[in-house]
Amino acid sequence: MDFTINVNNKEFKATQGETILEVLNRNGIKVPTLCHLKNSMPTGACRMCVVEDENTGKLITSCSFPANSSMKIKTHSQRVVESRKTIIELLLSNHPDDCLYCVRNKNCELQDLSEEHHVRERRIRGVKNSEKLDLSSASIVRDPEKCVLCGRCVTVCEDVMGVACIDIINRGNKSIVGTAFNQGLNTSSCINCGQCIMVCPTGALTEKNHFAEIQDALNNPAKRVVIQYAPSISVSMAEELGMEEGIDINGILNAALRKVGFDNIFDSSFSADLTIMEESGELVQRITEGGVLPMITSCCPGWVKYAEEFYPDLIPNLSSCKSPQQMLGAVIKSYFAEKENLKPEEIYSVAIMPCTAKKFEAQREEMTQAGISDVDAVLTTRELTKFLKLYGIDMFNIQPELTDSPMGFRSTAGKLFGASGGVMEAAIRTAHFSITGKELVNFQIPQIRGLERRKETKIKIGDLELGVAVVNGMANAKELLDEIKNGRNDIHFVEVMACPGGCIGGGGQHIGTSEDQLKARMKTLYKIDENETLKVSHKNPEIIELYDNYLGKPLGHKSHELLHTKYKKREVMI
Amino acid sequence: MGDIKQIFNKYPEAGRDNLIPLLQDIQSAEGYLSQESIVKVGSYLNIPSSKIFGVATFYNQFRFQPNGKYHIQVCRGTACHVLGSATVLQELEKQLKVKAGDTTRDGLFSIEVVACIGACGLAPVIAINGEFYAKVTATSLAEIIDTYKVKEEE
Ligand code: SF4
Ligand code: SF4
Ligand code: SF4
Ligand code: FES
Ligand code: FES
Repeated sequence: MDFTINVNNKEFKATQGETILEVLNRNGIKVPTLCHLKNSMPTGACRMCVVEDENTGKLITSCSFPANSSMKIKTHSQRVVESRKTIIELLLSNHPDDCLYCVRNKNCELQDLSEEHHVRERRIRGVKNSEKLDLSSASIVRDPEKCVLCGRCVTVCEDVMGVACIDIINRGNKSIVGTAFNQGLNTSSCINCGQCIMVCPTGALTEKNHFAEIQDALNNPAKRVVIQYAPSISVSMAEELGMEEGIDINGILNAALRKVGFDNIFDSSFSADLTIMEESGELVQRITEGGVLPMITSCCPGWVKYAEEFYPDLIPNLSSCKSPQQMLGAVIKSYFAEKENLKPEEIYSVAIMPCTAKKFEAQREEMTQAGISDVDAVLTTRELTKFLKLYGIDMFNIQPELTDSPMGFRSTAGKLFGASGGVMEAAIRTAHFSITGKELVNFQIPQIRGLERRKETKIKIGDLELGVAVVNGMANAKELLDEIKNGRNDIHFVEVMACPGGCIGGGGQHIGTSEDQLKARMKTLYKIDENETLKVSHKNPEIIELYDNYLGKPLGHKSHELLHTKYKKREVMI
Repeated sequence: MGDIKQIFNKYPEAGRDNLIPLLQDIQSAEGYLSQESIVKVGSYLNIPSSKIFGVATFYNQFRFQPNGKYHIQVCRGTACHVLGSATVLQELEKQLKVKAGDTTRDGLFSIEVVACIGACGLAPVIAINGEFYAKVTATSLAEIIDTYKVKEEE
């Protein structure tokens, strides 16, 4: 704290290099922002955050100007308030006024701004934006008409995801957000992560929705409608429902899904256990038989596409295991189908995921058996909330229930998949057992837990010293991947999650998820792991049963057919 | 595409600063910026193609389609503007059904907007493959275009 700055006739302490906005927020003064994105370089594009410096008589953007002691700031002078209001009115002047039909109705920053600034009449009439919807992607729908050109998606896509497939193109009033040559997102290097949706203030970006198909299936008596939900879902839905952040709603979620009419409720944490059986087996095999190392996880479809485009050299390093979503999908339409005397096509299989890239993954060609998709539809956490509303489920008034057998039981290792480092921890637990025949003494590996972007450690398994690395947030992975490409050889196993924090921070989660909320979700996952007794995948009784009755052994013939796949270089415009 | 290598050779230690001159060179060699060349520039300078496209579309000087067989330059300089070049451009876009910067499907015509081409006395002026047409109106424009179409059909 090295100087003070005068704000609204009070002196506030400030540190060298702090922006005016940071000083204001720290002192409980709210100033509206639009283009501003925490942890990224300010662009100063929208001027929504202006404040007045009485000493110079200028309006300055508080998000980008460093505070200094000679300033005399007025945050809500008449000039400031009017200037902000004009910006909003200009944004509204070409906006399509679609609120009642908009996915972001009641959850829209443009609505909030206009309401906070008491915009009550249309003073500026502009020509409405007229741009085509981009429906080309399996995951993301872009509606440029609703775009306010804040640039947040562009920033996230480049800075956080390291993809940079979109930018502001054209100039002046023709500006829009688009890909190179303004083609469909599906031709670009977009990895479908949905992080752009997470920061979009309006309905300009949203996930591709499949409510109609799912409802059709639910209404069709000839269909057995089965649902699975990802490990992170039960701990990250609370904010969407208006409950306390981070709480685990597992039981009521089961009950709610049953009320909607899903016939069987399974848990992707079960198939996370299954993934661990196969993946730790693969790791041990690669180490003992001299396979390509380090092995890199492949359960994040955002990362897999990123590898296919940006790191094709590392494809041989990718584990051949399908993701838990796809493994469960495959097992539902084979093992479960046989058990229930159903044909695969009589089953409609839905997955609830924290992730938009899972929609892309579900429709990949590799994820089919004899032309039938392993998973038919994917809902994000956000969509699930809406779906439950549609069916009138009162989540505050419902008794918890259990998942269904034979694929609803999980270890806590499988549950850990929801957070960065979880796959690694779970795999090590089982690898340790299969190499040494003994369980780990300490199951928790604190060095690879937490929200840190890059984590590394060494783990002793018998005589073997295993080098492991964990990265989350695609852009953070680049450094490590380059080291590996350039021959770094002291690492055996790498976990990559495209989204910051892993799936708990996925692009399908609650819009406006804060870092505190991420921490709360993570904490709950760790608490589940601490409190429950079944901590390893290989002791999950339903997993043992599945191998005994159907699959044989990990990496066996049936496993290969159903649970493993191969990837190849993907040509896109980079 | 051989040319593009030679252009790169002119910028041996190229960085972001060289982007615009590089694109200008490619455009003057090839007449426009193709998808292929943008991708190549991207991997040469290590800039994503979306960013290059973003920069390139910011400036009016770049084209993203090859010129038509008949390349029409519409002057938007001051003298021409005063005498109605905006209407000329609008009319031309309407008649050819493409926007400035684009090329007709059949590859015959392309439109480019240019600054004063030094024939202010003849304003509003258009030039087709370098040949000037003076005091253009909606009607004369239609006739001019027609003569080229007729020429093609022969
Ligand atoms: S983006 Fe916001 S303001 Fe625009 S239509 Fe949707 S809800 Fe309404
Ligand atoms: S989904 Fe991810 S990769 Fe695709 S545009 Fe959005 S942020 Fe970029
Ligand atoms: S799409 Fe959304 S995040 Fe991207 S610039 Fe437009 S309003 Fe901002
Ligand atoms: S929020 Fe400060 S300029 Fe946009
Ligand atoms: S202004 Fe058009 S030729 Fe000079």
